[in-house]
Amino acid sequence: MVVYGVALLAFCMLTGIFLGDLLGQLIGVDANVGGIGIAMLLLIFIANVRTNRFEINTLTKSGVNFWSAMYIPIVVAMAAKQNVLAAISGGWMAIIAGVMTVIISFLMIPVLYKLLRRDSNDDF
Amino acid sequence: MIFETLFNALTNNAIITAFFFVGLVTAISYWISTNLTNGYIHGSAIAIASGLLLAYFGGYLTGGDKGLADIPLFAGVGILGGAMFRDFAIVATAFGVDLKHLKNAGLIGAISVIFGVVLSFFIGAIIAIMFGYNDAVSITTIGAGAATYIVGPVTGTALSASTEVIALSVAVGLIKSILVMIVTPFIAPYIKLNNAESAMIFGGLMGTTSGVAGGLAATDPRLVPYGAMTATFYTGVGCLLAPSVLFLIVRALVS
Repeated sequence: MVVYGVALLAFCMLTGIFLGDLLGQLIGVDANVGGIGIAMLLLIFIANVRTNRFEINTLTKSGVNFWSAMYIPIVVAMAAKQNVLAAISGGWMAIIAGVMTVIISFLMIPVLYKLLRRDSNDDF
Repeated sequence: MIFETLFNALTNNAIITAFFFVGLVTAISYWISTNLTNGYIHGSAIAIASGLLLAYFGGYLTGGDKGLADIPLFAGVGILGGAMFRDFAIVATAFGVDLKHLKNAGLIGAISVIFGVVLSFFIGAIIAIMFGYNDAVSITTIGAGAATYIVGPVTGTALSASTEVIALSVAVGLIKSILVMIVTPFIAPYIKLNNAESAMIFGGLMGTTSGVAGGLAATDPRLVPYGAMTATFYTGVGCLLAPSVLFLIVRALVS
């Protein structure tokens, strides 16, 4: 059933956030450390488990895929609720610091990529 | 009377109104993409930019801090675009991830996140010094804001920075996040942002979950899970490093 997929997704997210909060408390920071990343890894792991007793069927998959497809609309809503006014009224220092950070970080992507990538280079 | 009834119908069903609104913005954006830019600028990039523009007007009209969502009619946009649904959708994108792309992920992720936090922090800190800040607490808080707009206030509060400096650190983080959303699709071809590993490095270097989520959505949605996965660790690592190790380094350097 479709709801199994949605419930699976909810289970992964809640578990991830719980572990992320615990991890934050463990290292003494007031933030969730990687909760959503952990949730994603959990979902990938569950999605790749295939035994003769357990397999995710097509309907269950569609429950997850719906939310995956809703990703871009949700991001559009996210953009519409950003505090753009505060960002712009932060003055020149905020703008220059933000712009410089983004430019230099972008420039470092190919550098790190060359250092870290494996031998194979499989583009999408 | 008709308008009042319509207004009530829309505001009493806020999130349904948001579904319709976002669908409308997306439809108009895709129309602009094909008919006015000949497909050169992707529809989702236009939709995200329109969202940001509307957020500016929302803030301008209401003086609130939630963009368009502060207008009662669009309150649902704030729920749909809030961290809960955003993270739910991000986790869902992981469903399509191929395990073979993740073999090397741990190393790439860890290195790029730590490098990303330190790099952004010091760029922010240097700009703060250039603008005349000379106390370690303010410099650290602004540097932390250059990591993300969450790391900034968390660090500033931990170090008891002034409220203006904390507000400034949030502004730096917001500028970063908005820029990443807008410029990523245009820069992607030049930095080989077209495979799982470079997306992971991108997520680790940029770190802002909203920026990475928006930027990759407009570039190639298949890259989203890889970038988002590393970005989600960034704020936590930033909150760990900025008020501790990085603050001590800054204090040693400025005194």
